[in-house]
Amino acid sequence: MTLLDFARGPALTFAMAVFVLGVLWRLISLLGLPWASDKTARRIGAPSDVKAAITGFVRHMWVPKAMGQTSTFAMINGYIFHLGLAIIVFGFAQHILVLQGLFGVHWPGLPTSVISVAAIVTLASLVAALVRRVTSPVMRLISTVNDYFTWAITTAPVLTGLLAVSHLGARYETLLAIHMLTIAALLIWFPFGKLMHAFLVFLTRAETGISYGRRGVKI
Amino acid sequence: MSETGTIGEALIAQGISRRSLLKYTGYLASILALPPMASRAMADALASAKRQSVIWLSFQECTGCTESLTRSFNPTIEDMIFNLISLDYQETLMASAGTAAEGAMQAARTANKGKYVLVVDGSVSTGAGGVYSTNAGKSNLETLKEVAADAMAVLSVGTCAAFGGIPMAKPNPTGAVPVSEIITDKPVINISGCPPIPEAIAGTVAYIITFGKLPDLDHLNRPKAFFGDSIHDRCYRRPFYDKGQFAKSFDDEGARNGWCLYEVGCKGPVTYNACATLKWNGGVSFPIQSGHGCLGCSEPGFWDRGGFYKPLSAAVMGNREIIGGAAVAGVAAGAASVALARKRRAAALAAQAAASAAVVTQEKTP
Repeated sequence: MTLLDFARGPALTFAMAVFVLGVLWRLISLLGLPWASDKTARRIGAPSDVKAAITGFVRHMWVPKAMGQTSTFAMINGYIFHLGLAIIVFGFAQHILVLQGLFGVHWPGLPTSVISVAAIVTLASLVAALVRRVTSPVMRLISTVNDYFTWAITTAPVLTGLLAVSHLGARYETLLAIHMLTIAALLIWFPFGKLMHAFLVFLTRAETGISYGRRGVKI
Repeated sequence: MSETGTIGEALIAQGISRRSLLKYTGYLASILALPPMASRAMADALASAKRQSVIWLSFQECTGCTESLTRSFNPTIEDMIFNLISLDYQETLMASAGTAAEGAMQAARTANKGKYVLVVDGSVSTGAGGVYSTNAGKSNLETLKEVAADAMAVLSVGTCAAFGGIPMAKPNPTGAVPVSEIITDKPVINISGCPPIPEAIAGTVAYIITFGKLPDLDHLNRPKAFFGDSIHDRCYRRPFYDKGQFAKSFDDEGARNGWCLYEVGCKGPVTYNACATLKWNGGVSFPIQSGHGCLGCSEPGFWDRGGFYKPLSAAVMGNREIIGGAAVAGVAAGAASVALARKRRAAALAAQAAASAAVVTQEKTP
């Protein structure tokens, strides 16, 4: 079995199984936890929980001016690499084929050159995010191994994918196999690290919105 | 088939001029990516060289490799390969049979001990002592070991001999293995392909005769001159790949426009061969030009790679049971975590209530 056969077969199957198991485990255990009852009185004129949840989610999409320029940079940079990752994952024809194999849906892909540009911008944005994390004293203080590892495991597929498309550093089949193995590593790490925010962001923002709405906190 | 004398003498006897020989060596030098002057050196070396004794053994194969080679011999340059070599034993092509044929092989082995080239097409059966494929009362395994012992080098022609091929496909009932797994003490050159390109066979033999050494080989022991580039890198449809224009089926608009066949399973990006440059049938066409994706037939394991029509980037997962099982396990683990958390909370609340009750009782006690 070649490295590519291993990556395409057993590695991705195992990674996908861990991903599904981990995500379901974490979501169900989190949602099923016994909730502490809120004994505070509901503010008069407080919005409904649904409305407060939506408001909370939308308002947190932008940092208030009072938070300063540093946060603005982090936020814009965050949008850049999230958008870049979305373009790469959902716009590259080869990736669409993977998703088609999994979910049966298909849509037109973008030219390879567009994806390459998106990947380079995404990579630069990810590097900027890391530089900010290590240069800011506050960020450095609150950063854990989880943060750095999650950064590395997110960056690796972008870098290896770019190398594979550009045929740089090794033979294409080796680069493709390494790229797939980095994806497998990402899927395995996903439920247990910071990447889980892809699911949890909806819960945390909604819960914060509901809590603020009930108390009348302006957000 | 065995003849003595130099290649030059044989060519003159057949009325082939030096000019024709130079044209042929020029062609060989160019496909081997050698410098222009190598053509003259090859012509001189070939003219004065003795015809190379070749013993060709066919094992677990379909004769497609021999068919490919013989079909290419007509009418001009390729037929010269017969003038370069003395094909002393080849079961499909030789006129003699039985004891006479085996005797010819023995005679060639004795006369050219340590100097002949052994060509093998087909994989070697090792299951049950190799009984699945026998010839002249001997298993292929036994014959290979015996004949290879006195050979100068071994040429594994075709993917079966080079990497096991179709006979090695799961579940491999005959215990098929490639030649290189049996012969480990001699140089083994792999000229893979199902079938291999005739020019790759001819070019490699000519190189060995001319320079008296093996050509540069890649990590799979294939001549780099023919297996140095991927089909994808030399494919005329590559610009469509770069533009993201793919045929979705074999009869849609994309297919009619000649777009890239990646999405219908082309394995060109991970296949190394000269099909896109040398092409087939005298340079007429090759599979991709004919509208079908590359199967990757010159690569190890191409037969067990999860389907010829499955795109390369698509994972060969297919095991829905594993993913489904993981989902069930995830739900069960989540439910167990919830139950445990609720149980702990109930226990904590009960302990708290008990402690409060104890305090009240203590306060009421005079």
